[in-house]
Amino acid sequence: MTKTEEKHKKFLNLNLRTKTLLIIGIAFLILFSVFVSNYLIDHTAVLTSNFYNINQPPSFEHWFGTDWMGRDMFMRTLLGLGISIGVGAFASIISTIIAILLGVFSSVNTIVDEAVTAVIDLFGSIPHILLIILVSLAFGGGYYGVVMAVGLTHWTPLARVLRAEIKKINTSEYIKLSTEFGKSKMWIAKKHIFPLIISQIIVGVILMFPHAIMHEASISFLGFGLPAHEPAIGIILSESMKYLSMGYWWLAFYPGLALLFLVLLFDLIGENVHKLLDPQSAQE
Amino acid sequence: MDVMKAEKVSFGYGSHKILQNLNFEMNNNQVIGLFGDSGSGKSTLCKILTGFITDYEGEVTVNGQKHNGGYNPIQLIYQHPEKVMNPRWKMKDVLEESWMPDEKILNEFGIKKEWFKRYPSELSGGELQRFSILRALNPKTKFIIADEISTMLDAVTQVQIWESLLTVARENNVGVLLVSHDKRLINRISDEMVYLSDITD
Repeated sequence: MTKTEEKHKKFLNLNLRTKTLLIIGIAFLILFSVFVSNYLIDHTAVLTSNFYNINQPPSFEHWFGTDWMGRDMFMRTLLGLGISIGVGAFASIISTIIAILLGVFSSVNTIVDEAVTAVIDLFGSIPHILLIILVSLAFGGGYYGVVMAVGLTHWTPLARVLRAEIKKINTSEYIKLSTEFGKSKMWIAKKHIFPLIISQIIVGVILMFPHAIMHEASISFLGFGLPAHEPAIGIILSESMKYLSMGYWWLAFYPGLALLFLVLLFDLIGENVHKLLDPQSAQE
Repeated sequence: MDVMKAEKVSFGYGSHKILQNLNFEMNNNQVIGLFGDSGSGKSTLCKILTGFITDYEGEVTVNGQKHNGGYNPIQLIYQHPEKVMNPRWKMKDVLEESWMPDEKILNEFGIKKEWFKRYPSELSGGELQRFSILRALNPKTKFIIADEISTMLDAVTQVQIWESLLTVARENNVGVLLVSHDKRLINRISDEMVYLSDITD
C-alpha cells in the first residue's frame, strides 16, 4: 500500500464521533467566515454602481458575475448571506425563548397545559407565510420587522417537542422515585429534567436556522421583508427576475445556490449535533 | 420497633374496584411474603403502600404517622430496574441520589467499582437490580416492598440477590414485604405467607 492510500484509509477509519465533530467543525467554520466577512467588506465600495462592467458573466475577476449596475455579485451574495445569518440568529433566539417558556409553563397543571396546546395549535393552523407577512407589517417592516415576524412564528415545533418531552420525563418512574427519596421539585427540575431537555433545545435552535433563513428570503422576495437597498438574497433573487429573460442566468443561479448551501450547512450541523447529544437516535 | 399499618384501604381504577377494605400490619423484624394471583392487585397495593398512588381510601402509616414529603420510610423496589433510573445518569449518580453505601455493603451485593462509570443501558438486568435494591436500603428506610424483584433473573442470581438483601435488611432492622406469585420463593424466604384474598373483603 502506498503512503497516500494509507492516509486515505486512515481518514475513512476515523470513528463516528470524530467524523461527526469534524463535520460540525468544518460547517461551523464556513458559516463563521461568511458572517465575519461581512464586517471586513467595505459596504459602500462594493455596493457602488460601476457602469463600465455591467452584466458581466462569471469570470475569475467576478466569480458570480456582475449585475446591471456593475456590482460584483459575489460580494453582494456574501453580504446577503451575512444578513440571513443575522436574521436567523435573532429570530431563533426569540423563538427559543418563547418555546422554553411555553414548554415549562405547560407542566404547571392541566388547565395551563390545555391553554398552551391551544395556542400552539392556533399558531400552527395559520398559513406560515401569511402570518409572517402580517407580523412583519405590524412591526413596521425592515430588518426589525423581519426578525420579529420570523421569531414570533417559528417556536411552535420546538414548544411542542419540549412540552411532550417534559411531560414524558415527569411521568417517568425515576422522577416518582426521586420524590420518594425526598428530593424537592427544584432539585428534580435541575438534575433530572433540565439535562434531558437541553440537548433538545440546542438541536431545536440549530434546526430552526434554516427555516428562519428560508422564510426571511421568501418574504424579502415577495417584497414584504427587507428594504430594496439591502443586499439580501431575497431582494437579489426578485431583482434578477427581470433580467433572467435576457439570459443573465448568473444573477439568480449563484445567490440561490449559495442560500441553499447555507441552509444545508445549518441542517448538517443540526443533524450531527443531534447525533452527538443523543447517540441512541443515530441508531434508529 | 417500627410498625407499618394499612387500615381500611380501598382502591379501584374507575368503577373497577381492585382492593376492598384491606387491613395489613407488619413490623420491621419480619419478612412477609404476600401471595396473590395475577391481576389480584398486588402491584396496586405496593404502589399504595409506597405512596405512588395517593387517591385511595383508608390510611397507610408507619408508627402511626402518615408520610407527607421528605424521605419515604417505605421504599419500593420494582420489577423493572431500568425504568427507575435516569438513562442519562452514570450509575454512581443513580446510587447517590439515595445514598452512598460503604465498601462492605457494596461487596455484599457484588457491585464492582468500575460499574459506577457506566450508564444504565450498559449493565445487565441483574446488575441494575442490585443497584436498585441498594438504593432502597438507605439507612432511613424502615420497610422495603419488593414487587416481583427477581422474576426476570436466573435462579443463581435470584439466590444471590435475595441473600444479600435479607442479610442487609436483618442487620439494619428493615422489614421486607415480598410480593410474588411464586409460592416456592415465598416459602423459601419469608417467615410468614399472607394471601391477598385473606386480608381484603
